[in-house]
Amino acid sequence: MSSSTTTGALRKTALNELHRRLGAKMVDFGGWDMPVEYPAGGGLMKEHLGVRTGVGIFDVSHMGDIHIRGPQALDAVQWISMNDASRLQEGQAHYSALLYPEGTFVDDVIVHKMGPNDYLLVINAGTREKDYEWVRKNVSRFRCHADDVGNYYTQIAIQGPKAEATLQKLTEVDLSQIKNYWFKHGTVCGLPNTLIARTGYTAEDGFEIYVPSDVPTSERVWTEVMAAGKEFGVLPCGLGARNTLRLEGKMALYGHEISDTINVWEAALDRFCKMEKTDFIGRAALDKAKAAGLSRVLAGLEAVDRGIPRDGYKVFDRAGSEVGYITSGSYAPFLKKSIALAYVPPSESEIDNEVFVQVRSEKVKCKVVPTPFYKRPKKT
Amino acid sequence: MAYPKEYKYTKEHEWIQVQGSTGAVGITDHAQESLGDIVFVELPKVGAEVQAGKSFGTVESVKAVSELYAPVSGKVTAINEELNQSPETVNKDAHKAWMIKLALNNPKDLDALLSAEQYEAYIAEEK
Repeated sequence: MSSSTTTGALRKTALNELHRRLGAKMVDFGGWDMPVEYPAGGGLMKEHLGVRTGVGIFDVSHMGDIHIRGPQALDAVQWISMNDASRLQEGQAHYSALLYPEGTFVDDVIVHKMGPNDYLLVINAGTREKDYEWVRKNVSRFRCHADDVGNYYTQIAIQGPKAEATLQKLTEVDLSQIKNYWFKHGTVCGLPNTLIARTGYTAEDGFEIYVPSDVPTSERVWTEVMAAGKEFGVLPCGLGARNTLRLEGKMALYGHEISDTINVWEAALDRFCKMEKTDFIGRAALDKAKAAGLSRVLAGLEAVDRGIPRDGYKVFDRAGSEVGYITSGSYAPFLKKSIALAYVPPSESEIDNEVFVQVRSEKVKCKVVPTPFYKRPKKT
Repeated sequence: MAYPKEYKYTKEHEWIQVQGSTGAVGITDHAQESLGDIVFVELPKVGAEVQAGKSFGTVESVKAVSELYAPVSGKVTAINEELNQSPETVNKDAHKAWMIKLALNNPKDLDALLSAEQYEAYIAEEK
């Protein structure tokens, strides 16, 4: 058995002590000391299944938040973000990305329209400083402020079919009126003006709440959510389940499906990129890239043979030529099969096409399947 | 969890149960606990030669791939096919879930291994 240890000065969220008291297995994620799973509750698989069938609670405070406000805040957001922020109504959010001039990714982002000329961008943990510098530099010519407010918030995700029932116990806001990717401010756990967003990274219904980041408040809110969710079997969930959940839902992870060497078309994120809006960073390069045609596309794979295709493993065609690589791959706890996302040539990306993934000394046969791998059942 | 006194152990968290000149090999309870839910076990073919201290296969949880290291040198005489269908058997009872059986090349290899007591002390220290 091989094993690994991690040490070093890692950043901590306000809930770090609480995770450790719960006996969480901790890992270094992008420089943050975060729970990967909680053995006491059964660990990753139980957490994953818990979110699909009941409700799970995640500490996602390591993610960053950039608040852009001012008379030209919309213009600034339109310049740096590829989706069309002018389409957002107050109380609405959308998925987007910040692009480099090459049409490649600085980061993906959820843009929230808080009010007239008032936008909140929620960004990845591993890219917080890079993103903030990028935003600050590129909005400097607009009349607005860009503030890094990540440290002010403990961000808690409550995800699963029972998420609404759980959170409803803790707020007077009628959660049934908040549509998917919309948000409201209201009192949660006695905390006034708390952002309640119907967003998440699990491919289930759910909410993310943003509460003050002091330890006592953060711990109190977590504890109250756990109590509210107890009748639904609520489980604390770590980054391990977060990854398998988002993979089943074919949601991108920075550094894997998207990065500074991958463009929007390759990543198949066309529908979040509004080429017809006012100019934005990366637009010209994307025009060129579209005209030139794609040399690789993101495809969904399912293992046919025994074996688990994992991040970074090489992909071969039937003739034995190396044609691509896995961006993210894992055993999928809900689907009970091994799945992966991979960059392959367009010619290899047709549904049912067979490719071979190098898993140590074996070539494991996989087939291209439609994505997302999992779609949550429609609400009736 | 008690570590069977008749087994011998490696620092890489494998156990071997010796009967005469053959041994059954698996991973310890400590190992399965660290790994979490096991979803895949990759074992060598019957007839393969394994070397003491060298990898003879892998065990995978959702999150990680871990090498399996042979406690002694020998020839694989049997593999536990049940683990192909039900890898979670290892989590349920790691000390019963043998992975391979070996014909030992040299019983003296066992002298380098830890007793149950020594292994328990070793993992207590690791924490």
